[in-house]
Amino acid sequence: MDASLAVDLARIQFALTVSLHIIFPSFSIGLASYLAVLEALWLVTGRQVYLDTFKYWLKVFAVAFAMGVVSGIVMSYQFGTNWSVFADKTGPVLGPLMGYEVLSAFFLEAGFLGVMLFGLNRVGKTLHFTATLIVAVGTLLSAFWILSVNSWMQTPGGYAINAAGQFVPTDWWEVVFNASFPYRLVHMVLAAYLTTAFVVGAVGAWHLLKDAKNESAGVMFSMAMWMAALVAPIQIVAGDMHGLNTLQHQPAKIAAMEGHFETQRGAPLILFGIPDDEAETTRYAVEVPKLGSFILTHDWNGEVKGLKAWPKADRPPAIIVFWSFRIMVGLGMLMVLIGIWSLIARLRGRLMNSPVLHRAAIVMGPSGFVAVLAGWVTTEVGRQPYTVYGLLRTTESAAPIDAPAVASSLAVFAVVYLIVFGAGVIYLLRLMSQPPVPGEPDSDAGKPIRSAGITPAFGLSPGTDKSEAQGRW
Amino acid sequence: MIDLAFIWAMLIAFAILAYVILDGFDLGIGILFPLLDDKRQRDTAMNTVAPIWDGNETWLVLGGGGLFAVFPLAYAVIMPALYAPIIAMLIGLIFRGVAFEYRWRSERWQWFWDWSFSAGSVVAALTQGIMLGALLQGIKVVDRAYAGGWFDWLTPFSILCGVAVVIGYGLLGATWLIMKTDEALQNRAFALAWPTAIGTLAMIAVVSLWTPFLDEDYMRRWFAWPAILYVVPVPLLVLAAAANLYVGLRDCREFRPFLSSIALFVLCFAGLGISFYPHIAPPSITIWNAAAPDTSLAFLLTGAVVLLPMIIGYTAYACWVFRGKVRSGEGYH
Repeated sequence: MDASLAVDLARIQFALTVSLHIIFPSFSIGLASYLAVLEALWLVTGRQVYLDTFKYWLKVFAVAFAMGVVSGIVMSYQFGTNWSVFADKTGPVLGPLMGYEVLSAFFLEAGFLGVMLFGLNRVGKTLHFTATLIVAVGTLLSAFWILSVNSWMQTPGGYAINAAGQFVPTDWWEVVFNASFPYRLVHMVLAAYLTTAFVVGAVGAWHLLKDAKNESAGVMFSMAMWMAALVAPIQIVAGDMHGLNTLQHQPAKIAAMEGHFETQRGAPLILFGIPDDEAETTRYAVEVPKLGSFILTHDWNGEVKGLKAWPKADRPPAIIVFWSFRIMVGLGMLMVLIGIWSLIARLRGRLMNSPVLHRAAIVMGPSGFVAVLAGWVTTEVGRQPYTVYGLLRTTESAAPIDAPAVASSLAVFAVVYLIVFGAGVIYLLRLMSQPPVPGEPDSDAGKPIRSAGITPAFGLSPGTDKSEAQGRW
Repeated sequence: MIDLAFIWAMLIAFAILAYVILDGFDLGIGILFPLLDDKRQRDTAMNTVAPIWDGNETWLVLGGGGLFAVFPLAYAVIMPALYAPIIAMLIGLIFRGVAFEYRWRSERWQWFWDWSFSAGSVVAALTQGIMLGALLQGIKVVDRAYAGGWFDWLTPFSILCGVAVVIGYGLLGATWLIMKTDEALQNRAFALAWPTAIGTLAMIAVVSLWTPFLDEDYMRRWFAWPAILYVVPVPLLVLAAAANLYVGLRDCREFRPFLSSIALFVLCFAGLGISFYPHIAPPSITIWNAAAPDTSLAFLLTGAVVLLPMIIGYTAYACWVFRGKVRSGEGYH
């Protein structure tokens, strides 16, 4: 009893820390690429508005990145503190992938972040752009490795099991490029880009509503709406392919997502309902006949497995997976709609003067974060009760830590994350509520506290002289 | 025996040493933060590390991630054994990490983030020392899992090690500030370097003399004949580094105190290596017990051989970009 309570508490702690972690990388992956694009546009066109927009988002990036770093350090230790059996067993396979993440991505990001944030007047435009580009590449490399790790846990490959019960690698290519990895990587990177696009779009829309002539806000909104129009439909296709891949490798997860308990031919598509794991049925189901089979098997009468095909102990909790999946898909559809709406407004030449569209974009600002979290809940709860799918159960993965110890750390994490990330979100919102201005300062210079901390950095802003800035050294 | 496990033990040791030195001086600035004269000094002190702290802390992730990768059994045993101090360290690092950005974002709450920077740094340093002490005391392992109690880590010896690390990081922070600042702040840093230097040396002496009494194995390694011939250069070099530090501080030199302090840390680290080897989690788990299979070690080593020199290269480049003195009113923010 006590042991299962300790495991449940450890799961809640992991869910809390990983959920609060994932939203920052998913934002900074997209934002790093966006910053690289903005700086490239500035270097190519020489237009001040791109530099202004770059500097505006750079301040946001600095805060978001710091939050990602500190929440990430927690993750790298939590495998050991709370999931030590998992760590011992999977270390030989997953450890090197994480090692590569640190060596090839984290150091790269951290090493060049300082130059990117503070170094424009010290290293010049070309090297600074290189630093920005390297940080963007670093965030993508990080996504590559950590999604490979996650995917291996979902669809393990290229391994054997040794005498000590550890998974040991037999073929690194199959470990890294395991069956679900390419789909998951594409789906997640696109999700990160869309998340950022909708934040940028909402900020642009907010400032356009106040001042339709704000050039920088116009750039933000226009670029974000291109992303919505082009990438959101691609994401739906990518998500569908990922789903078919899951059907092949983790059919129980798909059954839970669809709310199917019975294995049947010509299965309906359940739009809404309340799956009941105890009674093994989905109540109040609103269904479209046969569409479920058609989507999953591309055959109106194809057979679709239901959850009853697995023993109860091997099933994921359907109610969570069913609904998190619908939240994600629903938000994805809304993103596509916004994209189409923006295309129509653009064709009519009214993109900057569509208050209703702007308001809709503001409401959709956080949609990416919600969709990312809902998607991760779907895939992570959907692969229960295993940590390594089909091979290592969650209950057999936990560290021998007593429930009171885990409860204490969980309480501390909850309070600390509330304070730290609550404050962080307030600061981010405050930064984003400032309108972008021509000759964007490097920091909120208007405030008195900044007078001591401010540098005339980015010597390219008006009134500072690069040689003067360097002469001090 | 030089094999993959041995090479990796050296690399992990290097990563931890790099972490201790690099994050040591920026945690040290947090430790000394309340002792600086005024807000201008605090702003400037923080700005000396603002562009590099993130890279410094990445070595800690490499230490943790690397341990998971190449010594998974050690990782799986040490982390639960040190559960409370590790969680406390992570919380400390969170508070001091976000403070770098947050304290510039709110005037009204700046005092809070200043305290979070300072207290977070002290907690991180203290718990790192406690973990070191707890490891030296030894960890009880049965059947590939930690088998001790939840407060085994808490002893007078581990607390002493914790305090030693706090003071030692304070010394690194003070001598870093001597090198990176001038005028009033530099004077203040000199004033802080003296007591932290004396405290550090005293702590080195106490910990060094206590350690052999923890375990007969340590005693034999340090005091048995002829082993003593091999290990005696370590304390002698500590004395030389201490003398160098004294001269540097007496003559108000700018680089020598920092370099001497680093030398002290390197030598202490070497001493710890002598005590630990060949164990990674004394008294029962050696680096060979804990090592992942050779395929894992070789796979990651291939990348490390290429990437580590690059990392050292661009880290040095970043330090070069931000070289020179940092003065009040011209921080990076």
